[in-house]
Amino acid sequence: MIERRSYARRVLEVELPVLLIVLFALAPYAWMILTSLKPQAELSAWPLNYWPREATLQHYNDLIARTNFAGSLVNSLIIASGASLLGLGVSIPAAYAFSRFRFRGRQMLLTGFLVINMFPIVLLIIPLFLMMRRLGLIDTFLGVVLGHSTFAIPFAIWMLTSYFNAIPKDLDEAATIDGASRLQAIRLIILPLVMPGVATAGIYIFITSWNEYLFAMMLSGQAVRTVTVALQLFIGEFTIQWGLLTAGGTLIALPVTFLFLLVQRRLVGGLTAGAVKS
Amino acid sequence: MADGTGGGRSSGLPLSPSLRQVRIVASLSSAERRLPPLGRGATPFWFLLPALLVTAGVVLVPVAQTIWLSLQDYLLYDPDNARFVGLGNFAKIARDEVFWISLGQSFIWIVGVVGLQFLLGLVAALLLNQSFWWRGLARSLVIIPWALPSVIIGLMWTWMYDFNLGVINDVAMRFGLIAAPIAWLARPDTALYAIMLALVWQGFPFFAVTILAGLQTVPAELYEAAEIDGATPRQQLFHVTLPAIADVIATALLLRTIWVANSLDVILVMTGGGPGYATHTLPLYAFLRASSSMEFGYGAALALILTALLLGVVFLYVRRAARGIEA
Repeated sequence: MIERRSYARRVLEVELPVLLIVLFALAPYAWMILTSLKPQAELSAWPLNYWPREATLQHYNDLIARTNFAGSLVNSLIIASGASLLGLGVSIPAAYAFSRFRFRGRQMLLTGFLVINMFPIVLLIIPLFLMMRRLGLIDTFLGVVLGHSTFAIPFAIWMLTSYFNAIPKDLDEAATIDGASRLQAIRLIILPLVMPGVATAGIYIFITSWNEYLFAMMLSGQAVRTVTVALQLFIGEFTIQWGLLTAGGTLIALPVTFLFLLVQRRLVGGLTAGAVKS
Repeated sequence: MADGTGGGRSSGLPLSPSLRQVRIVASLSSAERRLPPLGRGATPFWFLLPALLVTAGVVLVPVAQTIWLSLQDYLLYDPDNARFVGLGNFAKIARDEVFWISLGQSFIWIVGVVGLQFLLGLVAALLLNQSFWWRGLARSLVIIPWALPSVIIGLMWTWMYDFNLGVINDVAMRFGLIAAPIAWLARPDTALYAIMLALVWQGFPFFAVTILAGLQTVPAELYEAAEIDGATPRQQLFHVTLPAIADVIATALLLRTIWVANSLDVILVMTGGGPGYATHTLPLYAFLRASSSMEFGYGAALALILTALLLGVVFLYVRRAARGIEA
């Protein structure tokens, strides 16, 4: 009897509220996907019917056939991959140095990278636009990738430094005793161990770059337009074509949702490292 | 910044005492050590150079240029006639009514959004810390809003707030909460709060996840002791749980305040700052003056004021986060 009552209490006090919170978290997303599957006639029916009576992929077909959305998807893929590669490429050596060397100004530099990550985007975006224009990098992949490296590099350095720190320094020393040079020790011992962290940081940069809007809007034109900018322009172009818009939104959101769920456990550890004492 | 316990707060593995002693001994009697301690004497210069070069190029030079721009009346379409105006832009801002409106709304925005994100996140974290059979799934699903791009968040909420076909009006009318549809984003008295709800939705998972991680570090013995002393669940919450995670909460609040204060893209997508100036916040106003009006000097000055106002919060946050740096 007591057991049953406490089970009922658990459902009422824990599981039901959790269910409500999960529903709140998912409802807007679900509504976007449902809208993208409804035929045009159902979309303008009032009162609304929530579940599509005849699901259709018509909006997705229209989006790919009538607009250059597919091209934007490719652009976003290139830019997000480029941001990941550039971010990791310069951050891995820097994080190694922060973890393994003790040098003057180390704390100051590491703190500096944290402060940079806190700068308002508007502070950077105005001069970056002027700079890219002077360098002829407006509407190029490199221009947007460099814009995204303003947040990718500080983030990656902090995340990777904590991953490097988690690898005991005894390993480096053991390798050195065995006659390995520093670079050999890095390549053969340290990098393989830190690889999961590198992958997580890379995927996170990919997600933030894919999601980013302001830099992409200021620094890209027709040639390298990203999906977020393209979608925002559709809102102006195709007034109230919600089927098309939600189809585009779904195509943008699904890949990052998948990537995020893939890395979330590891990521949460890295992202909250500053907030939670280890 | 270095607290007495040394490596205890480091973000990686805490340095074991024996290793610390080894290092201290090594640095005391350098003549006797067999191997040079890792990294001492060697130069990290080449390792750091690429990161420093790119960062200098895309962050430091632009910030310096923002300061320079803020002292001129630089118009993007007429850069050759930019004049040095000293603090003229700042004087103009002080008399700019829209600046003061934006500043006030920024305040509402930050307090409302961060406060609600925190409360909802705290409740979610406390619930997700209980054990039930689908806890793992619930933890994964709750995080999803955090992964989405602001443009999509703006889009889905604009669609839900739609005057004619929005699901929010539909549901509210079915439940009899409102008699007629409301144009949530077009009315000056509701627009800002409507966007704030969208941002609360996006950001509460961050608090949930951070606080949950903090809850998992609270030792079970504390609860056992409290239970023996006859503490009610409510007393346990206020006298055991919350004090134990106060540090985590403070850091998360600071970090989130900075992010929310700087965020402008969801507003830009949903209303563009309108109707009128009803959804202007300080970063959005700076951005609009630069991108729409092309007044780069004035926009730069506004951006600098925003940065200066946030500096205190950034300082508090960085001081906390930097405790994790191993000396």
